[in-house]
Parts: sequence; structure tokens; C-alpha cells
Amino acid sequence: MQKLDYLQETPSQTAGPYVHIGLAPGAAGFDIYEHELGWDIAGPNAGGERIRVEGLVTDGTGSPIKDVMLEAWQANADGHYAHPEGGGPVEEGFRGWGRVITDFASGEWGFDTIKPGAVTDAQGKRHAPHINLWIVARGINLGLNTRLYFDDEAEANAADPVLNMIEWENRRATLIAKRDNRDGQVVYRFDIHIQGEGETVFFDI
Amino acid sequence: MKPLATYYQRSRDRHPPSLTPNYKTSVARSPRLARISLDQSTGEITGPTFGHNDLGALDNDLIRNYAEAGDPIGERIIVHGRVLDENARPVPNTLVEIWQANAGGRYRHKKDTYLAPIDPNFGGCGRTLTDDEGYYSFRTIKPGAYPWRNMVNDWRPAHIHVSVFGSSFSQRLITQLYFEGDPLIARCPIVNTIPDPDAVEALIAKLDLNATIPLDTIAYRFDIVLRGRRSTMFENRREGN
Repeated sequence: MQKLDYLQETPSQTAGPYVHIGLAPGAAGFDIYEHELGWDIAGPNAGGERIRVEGLVTDGTGSPIKDVMLEAWQANADGHYAHPEGGGPVEEGFRGWGRVITDFASGEWGFDTIKPGAVTDAQGKRHAPHINLWIVARGINLGLNTRLYFDDEAEANAADPVLNMIEWENRRATLIAKRDNRDGQVVYRFDIHIQGEGETVFFDI
Repeated sequence: MKPLATYYQRSRDRHPPSLTPNYKTSVARSPRLARISLDQSTGEITGPTFGHNDLGALDNDLIRNYAEAGDPIGERIIVHGRVLDENARPVPNTLVEIWQANAGGRYRHKKDTYLAPIDPNFGGCGRTLTDDEGYYSFRTIKPGAYPWRNMVNDWRPAHIHVSVFGSSFSQRLITQLYFEGDPLIARCPIVNTIPDPDAVEALIAKLDLNATIPLDTIAYRFDIVLRGRRSTMFENRREGN
């Protein structure tokens, strides 16, 4: 029999309870790096609306998960990702990637960024504005991918190819963050339910 | 406009499933519904990029990057290897981050209360970028095994946590590196979340005497494989391509 000479992907393992040591050491209780990565998603020059995104991640018992780490990957307001194949130029200092950990006491997480624009891919498909999220924690064997959409983008959401691919229409709502205004700041609430009632849609990307 | 070159589908029988009851925390933290498969688009085939100005000079040297009054105590090791994709091509300039316990199995973390002491000269995290050939290396102390509350007498094998970005968000991976010959590997409920014994083998770093520095530091070799990418020779051809 012929052999194909492909390699196989390294298998995943849980990030474990001490993920902060490696990826957010300040939160683990010590200073080691001059620059911790992932704190500034949009940088100082990004156009578009400044927003805050916050939420909780809950487990199958409904309790907040307090040792979770999320990573965000998003386009700028023009719908371009900071990558050679990202669809176009981005502002100086815009990385589009963030790393967020929960408050150890409450499990609340949040990050400041700009609201992304709609993304038109190479096939001409238009995706409603969204933030790609990746969630790792103790007890999660392979990172969970999901997408955060915005409730004030109803028209774009209704035409979004990914939301429309979810055949259970009642599950689409689990991906829509809710806009609010707090002391003049735009805040989107996005709670993630890992398991059970209202379980968030996760993707194999 | 170039057609979209997507990444090979993840082989889910190589990875642990979400629900692995012998690893107890997974029971309440695993989705009950199937993940929905996405057709990759720009957001999945792109990912963050990092440069040397993001890193400090000692970031890949865990023996020195937290040494306050001398070197940490423990077995001095080099951990090195290549980051490749499934097509066996190197993945250059990608961020590799590691974190680990000290020689006694104690993490420098507010929440670790294991009775083995903290090492005042050891932090336990490092990061580096792969070079043009996909090669990376770290210098560190070999971590110790430590107990954890799963079953009452479960011990993690010596391990280093490894995080890799690759070139796209769909390649993003966190895993753990184990050490050749450790008898705790076969007994570990977290290792055993992986159903395929060949896949477990891929997480065991090999003693690499050729890479040691004689009379100084012993070496382990750990190659990392990320998802491969299709070429788009015959798909989605547009006029003028």
C-alpha cells in the first residue's frame, strides 16, 4: 500500500488551572515580562466605535468558571484582519487579538476594543460584524471556538452565512451580545454557557 | 483575488473528546451538543502575528528570567524542536509560550497551595518565536510531578504546558509536553483523555543527548505539528487566476 507522507496534528491537552502563569503572569501574582501580550487589542489609532465586551462563562451547574482564559480575534472597523491575508490594511498598532482572564473571585471577564466591521471574504461572502473567541480552562480538553455577534446589527445578522448555517434557529441567539450603555460607555454583554440550558453554540473551525 | 486556501479538517479522534469522566472537571465543563463545523473564511485562516519587539531578551531562558539571587534549584534542561504543519513544512516566526511548575512540582500561582516550596529564583514561564526553519528552544528546570484533586491519589506526570499560535486562528493549540520514560504518564487521567496511544506518544519529549551541553545542561526534543493547509490548485478557480 502507498504511504502518504503527511504528519498528524499534535493532540490537545487542557490548559489546566494555572494557565495564567504562562499567559498572564501578572494575574498569577508575579511580574516577569516587560510586555504581557494581549491587553491592547485595537491600539491607539484604530477607527470605529470604542466598546467594552463583558460576560461570564458558566459550567453545567450554572456556576461561573473562574479560571477560564479567552482569546479574541477580530477585524478592524473596515473589516480587515491584521494579517497578510486579512483583506486589507489596518491601523498602526491594531493587532486585533486579545487575551482575557476572569476575575478570580467573581468569574467576570471583560475587554476594551473597537467594534469590528463586516468582513467580506475572498469568495465575496459577507459576514456580519463579529469577534472570534477561543476558550480554554481546566476541564476543557480542546479549546472551544465561538463567535460573538452584536444585537444592534439585526439586519447583517439575518444575512450572516454562519448564523444561517445553524439549523436550530433558537440556538442562534446564544451568539448575540446585548448592547447597553453605562456611564457613557458602550458595553456588550456576552455570557457563555458551556453546557446545559441555553448552551452556547461552539464551532469546529 | 486569490481563492481561499483552507486548513485540513481537524482529526477529532486524535484529540481528546470534551467529555472524559475520569478527568472529573471535564464533566461539567464539556458541551453536550455537537460542535458545528464552519466553512473557513477570513477570520479562521488568519491569526495574530508577533514580532521580536514583543519579547524580552531572556524570555526563553527560565533559568535566568526570574533569577533574583542565583540560579533556581533543579535539573537544568534544554527543550527544543520544530513547529511544523501537517504537510511537514516549517511554521516560521510563530509564538510558542510555555509554563510549568518548579523542580518540586510547585507552581508560582496564588492558587497553588501544594506544600512543596516555591523556588525564589524560578518563575516558570517563557516564550519565544520560531526561526525561519520553524525551530524553537527554551532553557529551563525539569518540573516535578505534583498531586491534584481528581481521585484522592492522582499525580500529574512531570510536564510543561505549551501554547502555539501558528499562522491562523484555526491552528491555535494548547497542549502539554511529557518526558520520556516517566511512569506516571500511563496512569494520568488527563493524558488518558487522548484515546489513541500513538497520539499520546506525540506528546512525549525524547531525551536528546546530541543536543546536550556536556557538563552543563541535558536536552529534550519536542516537535509540534499544527494543522496543514490545502493548496488551491483546482478549487474555486476564478477567471484570470
